[in-house]
Amino acid sequence: MTARGIDRRTFLVSVGAAGGALALGFDVRPGAQAARAAGDAPEITAWIVIHPDDTVIIRVARSEMGQGTLTALPMLVAEELECDWSKVRAEFPRPDENLRRNRVWGDFSTGGSRSIRNSQEPLRRAGATAREMLIAAAAMQWGVAASECRAANSIITHVPSGRTITFGQVAEAAAKMPLPKRVTLKDAKDWRLIGKPTRRLDVTDKVMGKPIYGIDVRVPGMLHAALAQCPVFKGTLKSVDDSQITGMSGVHKVVRLKDAVAVVADNWWQAKKALDALVIDWNTGDSGQVSSDSVRQFLLGGLTADKAGVGRAHGNLSEGFASAVTRVNADYFVPFLAHATLEPQNCTAHVTGDRAEIWAPTQNGEAALATAAHVLGIPPQNVIMHKTMLGGGFGRRGVTQDFVPPAVLIAKEVGRPVKVVWSREEDTGHDYYRPVAMARMSAGLDATGMPSAWHVRMTGNSIWSTLMPMTVRGGVDRQFQEGFLADMPYDIPNYLADYAIRNTHVPVGFWRCVNHTQNCFFKESFVDEMAHAAGIDPLEYRRRMIGKHHNAAKFLGVLNTAAERAGWTTPLPPQIHRGIALNEAYNTFVAAVAEVSVDTHGAVRMHRIVVALDPGTVVNPLTAEMQTESAVVFGLTAALYGEITIKDGRVEQSNFNDYRMLRMAEMPRVETVLMPSGGFFGGCGEPPVAVVAPALCNAIFAATGKRIRSLPLKNHDLRKA
Amino acid sequence: MARLTVNGHLHDVDVDPDTPLLWVLRDTLGMSGTKYGCGIAHCGACTVHVDGVATRSCVLPVSAVDGKAVTTIEGLAPNGVLHRVQKAWIDHDVPQCGYCQSGMIMAVAALLRAIPNPTDAEIDAAITNICRCGTYQRVRAAIHAAANV
Repeated sequence: MTARGIDRRTFLVSVGAAGGALALGFDVRPGAQAARAAGDAPEITAWIVIHPDDTVIIRVARSEMGQGTLTALPMLVAEELECDWSKVRAEFPRPDENLRRNRVWGDFSTGGSRSIRNSQEPLRRAGATAREMLIAAAAMQWGVAASECRAANSIITHVPSGRTITFGQVAEAAAKMPLPKRVTLKDAKDWRLIGKPTRRLDVTDKVMGKPIYGIDVRVPGMLHAALAQCPVFKGTLKSVDDSQITGMSGVHKVVRLKDAVAVVADNWWQAKKALDALVIDWNTGDSGQVSSDSVRQFLLGGLTADKAGVGRAHGNLSEGFASAVTRVNADYFVPFLAHATLEPQNCTAHVTGDRAEIWAPTQNGEAALATAAHVLGIPPQNVIMHKTMLGGGFGRRGVTQDFVPPAVLIAKEVGRPVKVVWSREEDTGHDYYRPVAMARMSAGLDATGMPSAWHVRMTGNSIWSTLMPMTVRGGVDRQFQEGFLADMPYDIPNYLADYAIRNTHVPVGFWRCVNHTQNCFFKESFVDEMAHAAGIDPLEYRRRMIGKHHNAAKFLGVLNTAAERAGWTTPLPPQIHRGIALNEAYNTFVAAVAEVSVDTHGAVRMHRIVVALDPGTVVNPLTAEMQTESAVVFGLTAALYGEITIKDGRVEQSNFNDYRMLRMAEMPRVETVLMPSGGFFGGCGEPPVAVVAPALCNAIFAATGKRIRSLPLKNHDLRKA
Repeated sequence: MARLTVNGHLHDVDVDPDTPLLWVLRDTLGMSGTKYGCGIAHCGACTVHVDGVATRSCVLPVSAVDGKAVTTIEGLAPNGVLHRVQKAWIDHDVPQCGYCQSGMIMAVAALLRAIPNPTDAEIDAAITNICRCGTYQRVRAAIHAAANV
């Protein structure tokens, strides 16, 4: 999830239904020399506040949506700060403060499993900087050399004399010290906190129902709004007959937007009841004819199109096929998927004149702020933005801030603070969906059974070309092909991976693990097909194919570990079968072995899955393990049930009754093996999602002999023929 | 007008009697620990206790709880003393985003009152709440731990 060719001063923001991207420039200079905050907070640096009672407040710029940033990022700071971890509390700085302070906290966007990868060095530096300032203040007070002092556990000791002073006692003086010109970071071998399983800082609040999510925001004088958006994407509002709601209790106003209608009332239930009583007519335009079948036909054209962007090519494909003794061909398909964050989309706004204040559960607070400013036509510095806790994110609340425009427009018209909450049905029907995709696989195997040629032709909805067209040049969207490019570990002498972009009217976006969620299923299922065509064990086949890749040792490391831990060569009970998959995503290497049964009714059950990960460095093994369990559920839910279908231009699914989620009874045993090999930082939130579907489907093949080439599994009859 | 007792406090609220309990708790009484997830009693994020029984409040008209005792997540730890389920949740590091956890914890607290030491099958049958973060493995471990306190 990187935007190319965009400088640091510019935020890319996709503003909801308007479609397309906005590049909003703020005239700010990034840099460390930001103005210090006014007020009495004993702020050592922008990242760290230390109170006289030794409480340490560490600011976290990235959003907390369950992945544990609110704990892991402070750990990085605390490692160098040398503070007492039991005294640490975390807080979110406001995006508008970031803007006002020359982006002192850097980038707020939270996605692509980047929170640790991109912040680890600045955060460790922030900790080291504050530690040096605290030591300098203590040394000055004692009249000794700073080099004679050490900090540990929130206490500074003058080593020769044994004198001590706490961080809290020197915090105020430290805040006035100059920033050190240079700080040295610890070697990884000296880390005491990083790498140690550490309980989440937010756990107690979360078991007491205390955290404030966006949907929980309460502002004095606030009204509540329910929203109906045009059910056909890109359609507009034609007319609203509100005669039926006259006199309904608590209703304040009907607000008409370009492509939506809202009812504003004293509470959300009243608003929703009145909204449901409106008679609304929409202009659906040409898109009203689109169906899942028409999308499929459109994509089939992409499989055979002459023109396709080349993501990776080497060797000579026709020579490779000519030398093959066996051909393996298969077409694969995956549907659109919704994010289904359990907290529906929502935003609270208060607009007065040319100023606005907004509250939202967003993965990118700066983008939310910029979106509000753009929609209202006011300067960004006139917007105050409060970022709340997120009830799930999964990519839904990142690049797309489509929950902001209706909120600010409704609030502007009402003149009072308004909280706009989408119903679950509205949320399911107006997502930025995981793209639909197809792959046509053609491979030639030589006399040894190994591939001499492989052509991967992909087609489907490109996220970047719809959200930010300027990032896709020459028809090449490398993210759509991720997993099949330089990140593919397999040695194929003659190889072509190309992609014919086929954009539908359905909005698409980043869904946890993005295009790996389709491509790893395509890639690892097809590798299994090749292995079976060659008559070679799928694990052994992969080992042979991982040849000279520059990350071969890491791929083999996770592959062999997952296989060993799962007991790949040991017999299983008769009904249970194994499947394996391997992938790299966001700098993390992942392999999984799933144990699966298919009963006589065709019901699939995953009993156990072993997931081995090498993310280079693990900051908090506890949350990394939790994220792996979470990723398995996310991937398994999609593989079993996930499917958004289109009829008459609109989404057919509405709620959890027809967009099914995995529940307790279907949960497999997840065994996570963290095996950081050191020297790099990979992401942890997303990578394991991708390996779940292929490991599952390869096990289903082992169980039934049926090769699954499309998802979800609910559409397949797996009963024995 | 409707009358209800929440966490031991009596409230008279000026809402339509068909208003679901969830929205009275959240919007009228300002108790946001109980969550909206689906509005059709599928996800369980809105689970509260009505006379000690786990109940999905998003489809329950407030008129139905007149004269009954409603307990929400805010009332599960009176005087700040955590319920054994909440303690087990902390010990087993259950919550991720946390959004479903109020309802999950209320459902489990009611289950353990009805079945003090549930089997895995009884847990599967009783705990049908949706956790989109997928905390189920830790939920199960925490239920067993809380049962054995």
